[in-house]
Amino acid sequence: MVTTGNEAALRTAPPRQAPAYGEAVHAGHQMPKSKRAHINRVALWMFFFSESFMFGGLLAGKFYLAGAGHDAHLDQFLGLLITSILLLSSVTAYQAETAIKHGKTGQCVAWLFLTIVFGAIFAVGVGFEWATAHFSVHEPFGTAFFAMTGIHAAHVISGVFMLVLIYRLVRRGRFGPDHYWPVEATVKYWHFVDVVWVFFYPALYLTTW
Amino acid sequence: MTDAVAHAHGAAGGDGPAYTGWYAAGRMARGVAWAAVGFALGVALLAVVRNITGHDGWSKEASICAGYLLALPGWLFGMGMWDGWGREWFGHKVKHAPSDWGRYFSFCHDHKVIGIQYLATFVFLFLFAGLFAMVIRWQLLSPNGAILTNAQYNSVMSMHGTVMIAVAVAGVAGSFGNYILPLQLGADDMAFPRLNAMSFWLIPPVAVLLLAALPMGGWDTGWTAYPPLSTTNGTGQLMFNLAIITFGLSSILSGLNFICTFIFMRAEGMTWSRIPVFSWSLFAMAWIALLFTQLFAVSLIMVTLDRVAGTSWFNATHGGQPLLYQHVFWFYSHPAVYIFVLPAFGIILEILSHLSRKPLFAYKWVVGAFFGILGLSGIVWAHHMFTSTMDARLLKPFLITTELISIPTGLIFLAALGTIWQGKLWLRVPMLFALGEVFNFLIGGVTGIFLADLPTDIHLQDTYFVVAHFHYTIVGGEIFALFAGIYFWYPKITGRMYNERLGQWHFWLMFLGFNFTFIPMFWPGIQGMNRRIAEYTPDLQNINIVVSVMAFILGASFLPFVWNMLASLFRGERAQANPWRARTLEWQTTSPPPVENFPVPPLVTGGPYDYGVPGAAVHAAPAYSAAAGD
Ligand SMILES: [Cu+2]
Repeated sequence: MVTTGNEAALRTAPPRQAPAYGEAVHAGHQMPKSKRAHINRVALWMFFFSESFMFGGLLAGKFYLAGAGHDAHLDQFLGLLITSILLLSSVTAYQAETAIKHGKTGQCVAWLFLTIVFGAIFAVGVGFEWATAHFSVHEPFGTAFFAMTGIHAAHVISGVFMLVLIYRLVRRGRFGPDHYWPVEATVKYWHFVDVVWVFFYPALYLTTW
Repeated sequence: MTDAVAHAHGAAGGDGPAYTGWYAAGRMARGVAWAAVGFALGVALLAVVRNITGHDGWSKEASICAGYLLALPGWLFGMGMWDGWGREWFGHKVKHAPSDWGRYFSFCHDHKVIGIQYLATFVFLFLFAGLFAMVIRWQLLSPNGAILTNAQYNSVMSMHGTVMIAVAVAGVAGSFGNYILPLQLGADDMAFPRLNAMSFWLIPPVAVLLLAALPMGGWDTGWTAYPPLSTTNGTGQLMFNLAIITFGLSSILSGLNFICTFIFMRAEGMTWSRIPVFSWSLFAMAWIALLFTQLFAVSLIMVTLDRVAGTSWFNATHGGQPLLYQHVFWFYSHPAVYIFVLPAFGIILEILSHLSRKPLFAYKWVVGAFFGILGLSGIVWAHHMFTSTMDARLLKPFLITTELISIPTGLIFLAALGTIWQGKLWLRVPMLFALGEVFNFLIGGVTGIFLADLPTDIHLQDTYFVVAHFHYTIVGGEIFALFAGIYFWYPKITGRMYNERLGQWHFWLMFLGFNFTFIPMFWPGIQGMNRRIAEYTPDLQNINIVVSVMAFILGASFLPFVWNMLASLFRGERAQANPWRARTLEWQTTSPPPVENFPVPPLVTGGPYDYGVPGAAVHAAPAYSAAAGD
C-alpha cells in the first residue's frame, strides 16, 4: 500500500562501519577535538550576541528616560581613569591568551594576574564613583547610571571570578598550546565586557545635546 | 517509560556507577540544602553591605533578591551541576548521573531524558494552569463573581496566564525540541548536553517561586507585569519577576543549544535542503529565544530595581516613564508568540506530510516563511500599544509591519493545504489534531486582522475579543500542535502505542469544546466586556454561561488524555520502530532509541518528504536490525 522508499535504499546505501551496539558514543566523546573547539567558539559569540541585546536594551532605555545628556556632577577624571584601566586590562588579557597558545605558562600567569588586578581596580573605581556621586538613584539620569554601571560591574566581577579560576588552573599547568579553550573563552568574555563599556562610557559620561 | 528505562539501562556507558532512585532523591535534597545555604549567605552579605552604608540589615525585597541570587547556583550545583560539570573548573574529574530510572530526576545530560523531563513537567503545568481556567470560568458564571473575591480573582487570572505562557514557551520547544531535534538530524545528542540539563533544572525554581508568590498575596498584573501597578503591589510580584527572569535564562540557553545543534550536529549527507521542517522551525524559533528574551529580562530587571533599589525607570513622580516598560516588554513578548507557534507549525507540517503520504508542499517557501516571520517579528511590537498614548507617528508604521506578517504565515497555511490536497489522509489522532490546528489557526489569523487595524483595535483593545483571539492562536495554534506531537511521537518516546479510541475521544471533546468556548467569546468582547476583570454587566450573563459550560467540556477532554497516556505506558501495545512508516530519521531507529540514538551513524541520501515521488532516493536507511524493531 504505502512505502517509505527505504527498501530501495537498503540496496543502494553504501555499507558503513558499525560500532558495537551500546558502545558509548555520546556527544563530545566521539567528536573530533577541532570540531568541539569550533562549536564552543561559535556558541560563545552567540552568547555575546544575546547579551548585547540586553545591554542594547539598557542603552536605549537610558536615552528614552534621561535623554542624551549626562549629569554635570560626574567625576570625569575618575571615569576616564577607570575606562583607561579597563581598556589596558584587555591588552593584558590578550597577552595572557597569546602566551598560553605558545606554551609560556609563566608569562600567562603574570599577564592573568595583571588583568585580575586591573579588573579589580575598575570595580573598586565604580564603587567609589557610586559612593561619591552627587546625583541620586531616584532621578532619571541616576536611574540609568546606577542600573547600567551596576549591571556592567556585575559582569566585570563575574569576569574577575572566572579569571581567578583560570589563573589557578594555569598555575597548575593544566593548559598548553593544544588545550587552552577555557583561557581563550574567559579572555574573550573579558574583551566583550570591555566592548560593552566602550558603548556605556560615552553614553553615560560624554554625550550631551 | 518502563520500556525506555529497560532499554537504555543495558546500553548506558560503563563509567556511571549503578545508582538507584535514592541517588536522585539525595541529589535533590543536596540541591535544596545548598539553595538554603546560598539564600542565607546572600541575605547575610547584603546585610553587611547595608550596615556599612548605614541602612537596616534586613530589607524584605532586597534581601530576598540577594538571597535568591546565591540560592539559584546553590540549587543547580547541589542538584548535580557540580558533579557533572563544576568539578572540572577546579581541575577535578566529573562524576556521572545515574543510568536507571533515577536519571529522570537527575542532572542527566541525555537529550531524550531531558525531553521527557520537559514534557512531563509542562503537561503537568498545563493541566495545573487549566484548573485555574476552570476557576475563572466558574467565577464568571455570575456577573458579580460566583466564588472569588476580586483580589483572589486577580491572582487566579495572573497564575493561569503566567503558567500557560510558560507552557507555551517551553512545552513544545523544550519537549520535542530536545527529544526530536537530535534524532531528526541524526546526531547522538545536543551540541551542549550539560548546558541542556542546566536549562531544564532552572525550571523547578521557577515553579517554586510562582507557588511561593501565592501565600505572599499573589500578583495581580497578569503575565505582562505593567508598571506602575507592578512597582507598587505586594511581594508576590517580586517572586514573579525572579521566576520569569530565571525562566528567560533557561530559554536563552536552550536557544543557543538548538542553534549550535542544528548547525553542527547534522549527520553525514544532511544538507540544508534535506533537513526536516520541524528542525527548521526550531532553528528559526531558537534565534528569537536567544536574542529577544534578553529584553523581557531587562524589563523585569527594571521593575525589580524600581522596587528594591529605588530607581525611577517607571516612577512618574520622579521623572520615570511607564511607557518605556511597554516598549521593552513587547519587544520580546510579540516575538515570543513565534517561539510558541513556529515549532507548532513545524510539527503540523511534519504530520500532514507523513500522514497524507504526500511530499511537503512548497518546502523551501515554508523555510523562507519561517525566516520571514523571524525577521518581521522584531518590528511589530507596538501594535500592543495602539491605545497607550505613545507617539501617534508610530501607529501607521506598526499597523503596516503587523499586516505584513500575514504574508509568511499565509504561506505556511497554504503549504499545509497544498500538502493534504488530494492526499490519502490517514486520520489517526495526530492527524486529527494537525487538521484541527489548521482550522483553528485560520480563525486566529483572521480575527488578528481586527486587532492589527487601528480603527477596530481601538474599540476591541482590552476586551474578551482579544482573549478569544489569542486563545485561538496559542491554544488553537500551538497547544493543538503539542497534542498532535504527543500522539505522533508517543510510540517513539515510550515504545508503546497509545489507545486510538481514547485519543479520538480526546480530540473531538477538545476540538468541539475549544471552538464552542472561544467562538462565542468574541461576542462579549465586541460588546465591550473587559478582560482581566472579576465582574461584568448583567446583560452579558447568558453568553458567559454558555462560554463557561463549554469551557468545562474543554477541561473534561483532558481526562481521557491523562488516562490514555498513563495506561498506555504500561498496557499499550508494543510500538514498532516506525509505526507511521515515515521517512524522517527519528523513525529509522528503535522505539525508544538507544542512548546513542543510532547504533550506526546514519547516512542521509535524499529528501525527507518524497512520498510517492518516482525514483526519489531514500532519506536514510533504517538503522535498527530486524530483531530489534519492526
Ligand atoms: Cu503582538
